[in-house]
Amino acid sequence: MDFDYTAEENAFREEVRRFIDDNLPPKKERDKNFLATWLEKVRAKGWVGFSWPKEFGGSAGGLIEQTILREEMALAKAPPLGTSMMGLAWVGPGIMEYGTEEQKRKFIPDILDSKVTWCTGYSEPNHGSDLAAIQCKAELHGDNYIVNGQKIWTTGAPWSQWIILLTRTQFDVASKHDGITCLLVPMDAPGVEVRPIENMAGDKHFAEIFFTDVEVPVEHRLGAEGDGWKVTVSALANERSSIGEVTQMFAKLENLKELVKSTKKQGKPAHEDPGVRRKVAQFEMKIAAMKYNGLRYLTKQIKGEPLSSETSVNKLHRASLEIEMDDFAVELTGQAGLQLRGGEDAVDGGTWSKSALNWPNVVIGGGTPNIQRNIIAERLLGMPKD
Amino acid sequence: MNFGFTEEQNLLRDQVERFMQDSCPITRVREISDAGGFDADLWKQIGELGWLGLLIPEAFGGLGLKWIDQVVVLEAAATGLCPLPMASQALASTAILTCANDDQKSNWLPQLARGEAVYTLGLYDDANWIDPAAITATAKASGDGYVLGGKKPFVNDAGSADYLLLAVQGPNGLALAAVAKDEVRITAQPTMDNTKPMASVDLEDVQIGADRLLPMTAGQLYHLTDCGALAVTAEMVGAGSAMLELTGEYAKQRVQFGKPIGQYQGVKHRLADMYVDLESYRSLCYFAGWCADDDPKELARAVSLAKGYASDAFNQIGIDGVGLHGAIGFTAEYDAQLFLKRSKWARPMFGDSDFHLDRVASLGGL
Ligand SMILES: Cc1cc2nc3c(=O)[nH]c(=O)nc-3n(C[C@H](O)[C@H](O)[C@H](O)COP(=O)(O)OP(=O)(O)OC[C@H]3O[C@@H](n4cnc5c(N)ncnc54)[C@H](O)[C@@H]3O)c2cc1C
Repeated sequence: MDFDYTAEENAFREEVRRFIDDNLPPKKERDKNFLATWLEKVRAKGWVGFSWPKEFGGSAGGLIEQTILREEMALAKAPPLGTSMMGLAWVGPGIMEYGTEEQKRKFIPDILDSKVTWCTGYSEPNHGSDLAAIQCKAELHGDNYIVNGQKIWTTGAPWSQWIILLTRTQFDVASKHDGITCLLVPMDAPGVEVRPIENMAGDKHFAEIFFTDVEVPVEHRLGAEGDGWKVTVSALANERSSIGEVTQMFAKLENLKELVKSTKKQGKPAHEDPGVRRKVAQFEMKIAAMKYNGLRYLTKQIKGEPLSSETSVNKLHRASLEIEMDDFAVELTGQAGLQLRGGEDAVDGGTWSKSALNWPNVVIGGGTPNIQRNIIAERLLGMPKD
Repeated sequence: MNFGFTEEQNLLRDQVERFMQDSCPITRVREISDAGGFDADLWKQIGELGWLGLLIPEAFGGLGLKWIDQVVVLEAAATGLCPLPMASQALASTAILTCANDDQKSNWLPQLARGEAVYTLGLYDDANWIDPAAITATAKASGDGYVLGGKKPFVNDAGSADYLLLAVQGPNGLALAAVAKDEVRITAQPTMDNTKPMASVDLEDVQIGADRLLPMTAGQLYHLTDCGALAVTAEMVGAGSAMLELTGEYAKQRVQFGKPIGQYQGVKHRLADMYVDLESYRSLCYFAGWCADDDPKELARAVSLAKGYASDAFNQIGIDGVGLHGAIGFTAEYDAQLFLKRSKWARPMFGDSDFHLDRVASLGGL
């Protein structure tokens, strides 16, 4: 057991820090070209798709360097390293694993160069948690699949150029996991209609998508016909480790402490209230648990032991913290805490009240807590399936 | 960066777990506990295996290992609810290494390492109060040595100890008085958990020689408290995982309404929550164990994160473990109740969750 980094790892951390110092001006000083320049520079560094094989344009970076990169970027509150979060997180890895040579050539460079943004078309109105039961239909006619059906809650659909789409090519199957096929579809294909949906925080990040006789050439199928479930599962296994998240959560905790120090409760400094102090300490305890859980899992990965469902542990912590921390901040600051940005007494510019309405992004978006608990109980503790 | 155990450490863990299964299974744990919590034969075996001298440098007859190794042993022993005073022995060795002079070390450590004598440590005299002011027993200069006064009401494993290191207010500040069992009056105190015997120690008018008072700073007192909390947390990791396993196995087998109860989410989600908490305080505990020797300035915070989490989480694991069994869990014969009782015992030891949360808040700048 040791928590030290090697000289090379420390040098890499220094390099990342220096890069950030040189290329990340304070928010107020950033002009309209800032993001484009930033993306170009991190790409030139080889930090986009950092862990991807070199043949695909990645840097084949190791797990620890990857962690360091994420940690430092999160500490600096840097913008993302690419515009296609899902492209980098699972579409790209999915294509590298299952794609044809032609698909790799066509799609991978554009993801790394932030030229194309991908969205994920899995959920349907009647099939969310029970994803494998999806019904969106694809029928092979000659060299094209004809797609008919609906997707929903598709994050980024309004501004994405491509979608990774789960369809059903066979309905008469022994197991619902069979007969699913994964297609790569341009969002401007004829017959694709996107209707943005407003969420309770007032944003229109996700959308419903209607597919009417959309033609998708066979060469845009990812993996074999009927292998869509396997492709999806292994692509989602590429979901990012939680290390960068933990750094962000520690930063949020610090903001919360500052808020506590500058707030009064019943006319007295809130930081003197034992209930307040213990609540904040409990947040710290959970975030620290996430950190050290994450480091144990990282160590396992480095030793070449595959992770199974351990990451659900941190997802459950994250879900409850996501709800509780903002809630606590809003309640602590009373009527002022209710005010949104623009309100005369809005707290910290309304960031807490805004994010207190945004927890479903994390809590529902990546599989609900009930589903995470099922995963832990069934896969790690061996309980019988529901 | 490597937050995993070495092969030696994994081997040690397996050895201790196997020892518990083979030589001290839960039936034996019950017998030993009913008889006051000690078994000289087992103790001798453990001593010969070297497990009582882990923290003691090789020069004094120990293995010269670290607290993280001690964590491995205490955790593994607690999977079988080991009633023997291993944690007390470890804390006493840390106390001697921290506060004693060289002569005292050479006199005491070798026999301690071999298990030829049982040692324990008693710190605070006020229930649920971690503070130098909670030490009320005294030592006053008298003749060539000291005369002790007052009472140590809550000393772990005092009934089986040959020697006791007891915190007192001495003539020059805090100190540890080293006394032999027949020099003091020890009265066993029944508690909720008889696998962890507790006794009061009456020190009134006990005379000790000058070489038996070890000066102790407040910093050293807190260090010993932290090591105590670490030891208890390591035991909560072991006992918690055994309780989860016991309950999980039962949930797979017990059938109601035509299905194993582990198929009902009311059951499986409680088990998942137990797992989440256990994993989490396990990670925090291992980090604290590492800090004890390799990053001592982080120890207080790390221990408080771990014990603060574990105290309440293990308590809930105890309650749910019994509850998920139904009535069988409530019986004296079934073992689940023993784990619940251990969770009650562990809660106030070396600071309850409120104490540790308060410390996390203070150390974190609030
Ligand atoms: C902000 C956000 C972004 C999203 N982005 C995308 C995206 O980009 N692409 C995409 O495909 N999808 C996306 N989703 C959809 C998301 O994956 C689903 O919402 C999620 O899987 C849950 O499905 P559902 O909403 O249909 O709820 P349901 O599955 O209907 O669940 C409703 C409730 O029932 C519970 N429940 C369901 N099944 C069980 C069970 N077996 N046991 C116990 N309880 C159960 C759930 O926990 C939940 O509380 C997004 C969702 C959100 C909120």
